[in-house]
Amino acid sequence: MTQGSTVTQQPPIVKCLVWDLDNTLWQGTLLEDGRVTLPGPVRELIAELDSRGILQSVASKNDHDQAWNQLQALGVAEYFVLPRIGWGPKSDAVREIAAELNFALGTIAFVDDQPAERAEVQFHLPEVRCYPAEELSGLAALPEFSPPTVTVDARRRRQMYQAGFQRKAAEEEFTGPSEDFLRSLELVMDIGRATEEQLSRVEELTLRTSQMNATGVHYSLADLRTLLADPRHEVLVTVLTDRFGPHGAVGLQLLEKHPRVWNLKLLATSCRVVSFGAGSVILNWLVDEASRAGVHLVADFRRTERNRMMDIAYRFAGFTDEACDCRAGLPAPAHEDIQRLHLIPEPHAPSPTVKLNAVSLQGG
Amino acid sequence: MDQPIAAEGIERAITAFVSERVKAEVPVGQDLFDSGLVSSMFAMELVVHLEQEFSVQILGDDLKRDNFRSIGAMTALVGRLLGAGQSADA
Repeated sequence: MTQGSTVTQQPPIVKCLVWDLDNTLWQGTLLEDGRVTLPGPVRELIAELDSRGILQSVASKNDHDQAWNQLQALGVAEYFVLPRIGWGPKSDAVREIAAELNFALGTIAFVDDQPAERAEVQFHLPEVRCYPAEELSGLAALPEFSPPTVTVDARRRRQMYQAGFQRKAAEEEFTGPSEDFLRSLELVMDIGRATEEQLSRVEELTLRTSQMNATGVHYSLADLRTLLADPRHEVLVTVLTDRFGPHGAVGLQLLEKHPRVWNLKLLATSCRVVSFGAGSVILNWLVDEASRAGVHLVADFRRTERNRMMDIAYRFAGFTDEACDCRAGLPAPAHEDIQRLHLIPEPHAPSPTVKLNAVSLQGG
Repeated sequence: MDQPIAAEGIERAITAFVSERVKAEVPVGQDLFDSGLVSSMFAMELVVHLEQEFSVQILGDDLKRDNFRSIGAMTALVGRLLGAGQSADA
């Protein structure tokens, strides 16, 4: 008998819910009635799913401008990303939304009052989970709409996606050197000690980063709390913002400080920000801090199938395999296949494209 | 001696790739790092591109930044890895 904690049996969490409009999201048929109403519980459900980090979109057969204006008039338009309002098949709309979000169809849900529309989506996209409008009232209580942890970034996921769409459009329109584009983004990076609120996102970063993850070693929440409490360790979080909005927490550094050498046990950055040079900016900042502190740097690196980019980032920052007495003072690495790369730090000029606000690692 | 021609070909191919990627004309001697053009993503692309385009492997000490500092430096690296010897050009 399996019950209670049958975590593996649960359906995958829904990452995006696609709404029909007429007699599903609102009551009434816009083109026939002209007037529609948004029931209070539906408005609450939209806000609730949003706060859980579940994205929401629209697939509706309606006049686009009229329907979108109506969503704005009802004060809920901002909740929806990539709305598809037109006269094509809804399965096409749902497929396009999933593709643009880069989500698997198994993480998409669709709600519609019309059995024929649900059947059409189900026929073409059997992995999409379809719900009739009558089930809306119980939706928030279903396990597939209840992520076990909601990280600090999940709560503003919609904002981050919307900023991402605007950024992408701006980049496509931009002509000229890519450095100028980066500058036009007005990137602002904050590097600071992890807060309790950020910890679940930090843990997620150790799991979900791959290309820019120096060791592939997972740190649990308990591990991270232990390190936070240890005065010798620094758990540093990088948060990135630009003129389009937040990127959220995008980087993690785990540092163990010894009198002569700082050991960078893990550097991980989200692949979403690699093209902005985030990894290099973080690394250059750390090298500069170590130079001020008069210590050597030793970075742990463990080759995985996907992290060659991290090897290259370290090598480009000047790390080498060379021997140094400072290595002798370090405890053995947690994994036997961890390589330790060494650098004698020199001062670094700040990045020309990113404004940096960072904690000082000196003294304390 | 066809080595200078080979080096010219390498240089031309690398210039085309870099210029297209940064959407600007890049002189052979321009320092890509000082100009802030190189993100870790672009560095990765450079390494992988050179490896694929010229069927070479760039490992360990060869991955150092100075070897990718300019189109000229990359041309020299690829030339050396291809066994063409250090080319005589600037």
